[in-house]
Amino acid sequence: MAEFNKDSLGNVLFIAIAVCLVCSIVVSTAAVVLRPMQKENQELDQKQNILRAAGLLPMGATVDADGRTVDELFAEFEVRAVDLDTGEYVDIDVAEYDPVKAAKIPSESRDLSKNEDIATIGRRENVSLVYLRKEDGKLDKVVIPVRGYGLWGTLLGYLALDGDVETISGLGFYFHKETPGLGGEVDNPNWKALWPGVALYDDSGEPAVRLVKVRSPEGSSASRYEVDALSGATLTTRGVENLVRFWTGDLGFGPYLNNLRTTG
Amino acid sequence: MSTTKEVLVDPIFNNNPIALQVLGICSALAVTINMSTTLVMCAAVIFVTTMSNVAVSVVRNRIPTSIRIIVQMTIIASLVIVVDQVLQAVAYDISKSLSVFVGLIITNCIVMGRAEAFAMQNGPYLSALDGLGNALGYSVILIGVALIREPLGAGTLLGFEILPKVTEGGWYVPNGMLLLSPSAFFIIGLFIWAIRAWKTEQVEEAEYEIAPNLQYKEAM
Repeated sequence: MAEFNKDSLGNVLFIAIAVCLVCSIVVSTAAVVLRPMQKENQELDQKQNILRAAGLLPMGATVDADGRTVDELFAEFEVRAVDLDTGEYVDIDVAEYDPVKAAKIPSESRDLSKNEDIATIGRRENVSLVYLRKEDGKLDKVVIPVRGYGLWGTLLGYLALDGDVETISGLGFYFHKETPGLGGEVDNPNWKALWPGVALYDDSGEPAVRLVKVRSPEGSSASRYEVDALSGATLTTRGVENLVRFWTGDLGFGPYLNNLRTTG
Repeated sequence: MSTTKEVLVDPIFNNNPIALQVLGICSALAVTINMSTTLVMCAAVIFVTTMSNVAVSVVRNRIPTSIRIIVQMTIIASLVIVVDQVLQAVAYDISKSLSVFVGLIITNCIVMGRAEAFAMQNGPYLSALDGLGNALGYSVILIGVALIREPLGAGTLLGFEILPKVTEGGWYVPNGMLLLSPSAFFIIGLFIWAIRAWKTEQVEEAEYEIAPNLQYKEAM
């Protein structure tokens, strides 16, 4: 038998093609087989984030105090798509719609000018999702997706409002890259506990939430809009303030929330 | 010729990939903030290193010299993607907190280093043991680092409270520095010191010696 030459052109090509084929089959099989489980996980994770922002699910737990599961709790929410410019509902398949993805598609989003873009998100989707929870026919919670730039990257989260659509009921981020121990404290349950009850709009209807180093005296009108800033994380704090203002303002969910307030 | 036992056990303390060869530091800094991510990362590296060593070893006599690195890389990358996909399916929370670091196993010098240095010359069985041994050596250091960082940085271990924190009514003031990457450098440095004090043959010879200054007049 002639000696096998592993450096021949034929063998180089053969090995290159064989390795690519085998590896791509292994990788694509894993991806396809595991896809349904991954999708389920992502959906469950999203539901948990919404429930946590709304204060219905304790941090780190997968059932609430009464032992109800994420799916049971989330079933009480109604998911609607909203045209952000008009504030009207639109009819689309909410299960398949991803607002963050839509913001990257030119035909489904709008460019923000420098002055408009206080949350530094670049583009804003035309249609976003809202999660509504009603209790005895009355609006109890409204949860809206929010995002904005902090120090190292974009923070993604949910802002929950009470049924009066004027008071914050909770804020939670499910993705951020802020510095652990400083800006990363946006995840701190003690800080998040400061948000419920904060008023969103001032008397003229403008977003007025402020993150401050020193709170105004208790009971003064200014203190209604104030939350303690995070020490050592000025830029993250500013980012959070801006993103809350942007998404509750005219370019965000402002028109929709206005409609919701007047029609109930 | 090394015996099978040496191939498996040597990399754990005598020839540790992190402590002696100082490879694979990047992920050691990033994932050791808490124990659960560390354990998953170790399991992932054990799987990838062992399997890539076996795969490379099986085809070692057919791999052309000119494209051997890219062939090893392709095999390693495929295994890493499979691990990443599995984690996303079965341990979603942990895969989220490991984020890019599972993917970065591809660039972990230990995996590539063992494929090139050992699996290209040895049979599948020995290569498997070598991969397992080196990954265990990596794991020992990582777990050691996490064992220090999580309790002192966050007051917990595997999520259970060990040192009650001041913010939650206890007495322990967490050391925030241990949650930042540089602390892992310090801890690994201390480990290397400890291991070399125990096994003095690992101490490297100084590359040069400072000669005594005999011509004192030059300084004047």
